[in-house]
Parts: sequence; structure tokens; C-alpha cells
Amino acid sequence: MAKTEIPPEAVAADGRTGPPPAPAQRARRPRRRTRATAGSARMAALLVSPTLLVLSIVVLYPTLMALNESLYGPKGLDPKTGFISSSEPFVGLKNYADIFGAAADRFWNAFWNTTFFAVVTVGLETVIGVAMALIMHRAFRGRALVRAGILVPWAVPTAISGLLWRWIFNSDGIANALIGRQILWTTEGFHAKVAVIVAEVWKTAPFIGLLVLAGLQVIPKEVYEAARIDGSGALRQFWHITLPLVKPALLVAMLFRCMDALRMFDLPYILIGAQKNSVETLSMLAQNEASNVRFGPASAYAVLLFLYVFLVALAFVRLLGADLVADGGRGAQNSRRRRMPLARRTEVTA
Amino acid sequence: MTTTITARWRTGLLYAGVVAVVAYCLAPFYWMLVSSLRRTSDIFDTSLLPAPVSFENYRAVFDPAQGFARALLNSLVVAGITTALALLLATFTAYAMARLEFRFKRLILTLIIATSMFPVVSIVVPLLKLFTDIGWINTYQSMIVPSMSFALPLAVWNLTTFFRQMPDELEHAAMVDGCTRGQAFRKVIIPLAAPGIFTTAIITFIAAWNEFLIALSMTNRPNMQTAPVAISKFTGATTYETPFGSQMAAGVLVTIPLVVMVLLFQRRIVAGLTAGAAK
Repeated sequence: MAKTEIPPEAVAADGRTGPPPAPAQRARRPRRRTRATAGSARMAALLVSPTLLVLSIVVLYPTLMALNESLYGPKGLDPKTGFISSSEPFVGLKNYADIFGAAADRFWNAFWNTTFFAVVTVGLETVIGVAMALIMHRAFRGRALVRAGILVPWAVPTAISGLLWRWIFNSDGIANALIGRQILWTTEGFHAKVAVIVAEVWKTAPFIGLLVLAGLQVIPKEVYEAARIDGSGALRQFWHITLPLVKPALLVAMLFRCMDALRMFDLPYILIGAQKNSVETLSMLAQNEASNVRFGPASAYAVLLFLYVFLVALAFVRLLGADLVADGGRGAQNSRRRRMPLARRTEVTA
Repeated sequence: MTTTITARWRTGLLYAGVVAVVAYCLAPFYWMLVSSLRRTSDIFDTSLLPAPVSFENYRAVFDPAQGFARALLNSLVVAGITTALALLLATFTAYAMARLEFRFKRLILTLIIATSMFPVVSIVVPLLKLFTDIGWINTYQSMIVPSMSFALPLAVWNLTTFFRQMPDELEHAAMVDGCTRGQAFRKVIIPLAAPGIFTTAIITFIAAWNEFLIALSMTNRPNMQTAPVAISKFTGATTYETPFGSQMAAGVLVTIPLVVMVLLFQRRIVAGLTAGAAK
């Protein structure tokens, strides 16, 4: 149960708000920075607890509710008494059994769609994003213009970009006019997947480009000069210098993109439509069940999606070593931190 | 001689690349703008400029029957309140994360960030049931409360990075001069962090403004829908005709404020996004 992984920590953190720091903690203090006094711990508790409280209410509580709800069936005719019951009957793991039994086709279809979209979009975004970053990094004139332009797809609401691409991919639209063919993009079929991927990559590749660009700007020029003196070509420089050095920033960006792709909803929903086999994702499946007042199955889908996302995130952090917090002094954030204070300071004093 | 020619070629190629990047990013948006300015009769035109520029679609958007003005207001209320609440809570938390030493700090920050990766649908499903039971469907709070699940972590993370970048000496000086930590926070840190708070506000606002799934699930009355939901449900004169023109016009109207913000504050937004490496 991955669910239980989170609660104890949040509870432990909440529980710390009242009581004074434990003796064990005091013993550890001297090894830490001297600022860490009992007063600062109390203040930290005071400052952090409202956020934790709100997040417990809006995230933790609904998650537990979903877990609970997934064990209940729909209201309706009670088979034992023959009366219409107003409460939902407890059905145990039946909703899950149904997902892997009666509704297995729909579930696995949505599962593979979700996975396919995540792998393909994140892969394409990474390649296109890195290419964009390399171009922008070399260009000196008009960089502000490029940066503003690149932010436009990011700022367009996903729902609006869904409509926009629906218009582009219309049977009489510009996409068909450009390729000189008549493809019914928004009907069922593999082309619907292509349409979703094109739209998603358009919106998010520039964002990865932006993050990679920030990583590139931290690499000192001397490294490349040394490489050039040693006679390594552009490709080798990219493979052995650029890529390893932007890797931390790139990994975090990919992690976030991946999580975002796994919960994809707006784009296929608007671009192609609800209940379309070729593009139905797990989020769409769960939302569809919930909007049809089938809360039990919907919750079961939501729980499964949550578990899936959790496992992928865990794999990212464990296998690839994506460092989210970058507090301990390693990773991309840290190197950026060393660079940023100057820029920040000028802004602050200005 | 040959070197300058290859160098020139290389620069030429580079700027061709730059033009390609900008075209890639802006072309679809440009197409939305152009299509919104066409007349309904020549909406399927593929010329790069609208032949007679027409505001017909924009008039159609503000037809009272569409209720688009109300949808814009709803979006503004939901995104505005979400942003304000998230910033209020996040400022304190981020300050503690950046400046104070306490147990489980790394763990708590990781948990907060992890919630921002949470699939929204996992909380929408149970909350939809809860809100149906307590009669919150079609209310602002039913959209604001779930929105906090992504807005708050986003704000905490961005602000933590901003606070970390401010030199420690600032508060030390204030505290040497007799301020308590609370006073140092209020009188020194907050005013100096204003640019960071402002940037975080923009990023959070854009995220809340763009939200679709929550608004779609929590409303079923047209007058409570937010703008993205309302646009996706625009109907044309007949049921079989998708009103692409007015959809594009409404899309432009919803996007333009964000694009203007992005153009005005691009430097700050990029700093905020890359520092947080968040959405």
C-alpha cells in the first residue's frame, strides 16, 4: 500500500507542532548550524503547519476517502431485501476485481494509452527541448524575443490549446491543407494519438528547452575551451560535457513532465472527445466514471492511477537519481544557487 | 577568407534555427489569432492574413446567450482567490524552509513537492462525491479548495528558491539592530522578496487560470463555469456546426492576458520557472 507511505510523515510532522523538541533532537543540534535553536524549531512548526494542514485536507483526506470509497458499490436495489437502499453497499475488492475482470479491456487500453503518451511525448519533448536550448544558447541577439516567444505555448491554457489543435486538425483545416491529404484526425484511430502527441509536444517542449537553457548557462566556457584544445569535436563535446552537466536539470524537468503526462486529461478530452478508445487515458476513465455517479469504480481507477504515478516517480528518483529538493548541496539547484545570488542581489537593490 | 565564409554560414544557420524555434512556438498561436479575425463565411480560408478583418467572432463571443463574460469573471474569482490563499500560506512555509533549521525539513519539503505531481483526478473523484453530499456543486469554493492541491506546492517551491537566494546577512543585520526574527521577516525580508513573491503569484495564477478538470467536474450550471470550460462547450447556430470562429476568438481573449503578462515579466518568470523547475 503506497498510500500509507505518506500519511505517517505528514502526521509526524503535524504532531511536532505542539510539544517542545525531543531530547534526541537537542543532542543533534550542536552538529548543525548554531542558528538552530529551540525557538526556531517552534517558529518553523508555526510557519509550516498551516500549509501541512491545508494539504492534508485537500490531498491526504481525499486520497484516503478514495481508498475507502473504492470498496463500496453503487446505490440501488439491494439484492437481499429487494428494497432500494439509500446507502452504498460495501463490496470489498469487487470494484478492483471488475477492473481486472469485466472492464479489463477498457482499463488496459487506458493504461497503455497513458503509458504510450507519457513515453512518446516526454521522449520527443526532451529531444526537441534540448535542440531548442542548444540553438538559443548560441544565439546572442534577440534572446529576449526568443525567450518571450518560447513562453507563449506554456502560457496558453491546455484546454484552449486543445481547441486550437482541433481547429488545426479539422478535416478542412490547415494541417490537411499543408500535407495535401484528407485525414480525419479527430476520429478514432492511430492518427488521433498522433494529433494528441503533436499538440502536447508543442505546448511543453519549449518548457523543457527553457529549463535546459538555464542548465547550459551555468557551464563555464573554460570547459569547452579545454575540450577544444584536446581536439574533441562538437558531437563529442555535446555527449561528454554538455549532456552530463545538464543532466540533473534535465532529469528533474523530465520527471515533472512525465508525472504531468501520466495524468493527461484536458488535451485528449477536448481535442478528440470523451470515451474515445484511441486516446482515453486513466484520468479520463476515472473522471468519466465519476461524472456518471459511479463513484466506487471511479475511486478504484483513481487509486490505481495514483499507485502507478507513485511507482514511476519512485523509479525516477531511485534509478535515475533525480534530485528534487537539492537542499543537501548537490544537484542542479545548488549550482544555480551559486550563480543566482548576484543576479538576485542586483534585482533586490535596484 | 574561407574561414569567414564558413563562419558566416554558421551564423546564418544558427539564426535560421532561431527563426525555426520561434516559428514553431508562435505559428499555432498565430493561426488562432488569424482564424478569430475571419468572417464565418471564410473561416476555412488558408491565407496567412484575414482578407477582410472582421470582429464578427468577437461579437458572437460576447453574445449574452453564451454567458462568456460571466465565465471570465468566474475564472478571475477562482484563480484570484486560489492564488491569494496559496501565496499567503506559502510565504510563511517557504521562509521556514529556506531559513530555519528543523527536523524533517527535507522530508517535509519533498512531501510538499510530491503533492504537486499528484494526479488531480485522484482527489477530484472523492471530492466530487463529498461536495455533492454537502451541496457544494456549482460553488466557487468547490473549485478553489481542490485547486489548492497544486497551487500551494507550486507556490511553496518557487518561494523557497527565492528566499534561499536572498543573502542571510540581511536578517542578521536586522537582528543585530534589535529586530526579532518575526520583525526581520516582516520588515526586511518581505519587502525585499516582493519581486519573488510577485513572480510566484504570476506562475500560480497562470496554473490556476488554466485549470480544466476540476472546473469541469465541479460545475454543471453554465453560469458557474470557468472560461476554459465555457469555451469548450460553446455551441454554434446549429448543433452539427462547431463554432470554430468564436472558439478561437474566445481562446485569444483567455490567452491574451497571460501572453501580455509573460511578455512583460518574461525575465522574472523564466527565473522563477527554472529555479523551481516546476510546472
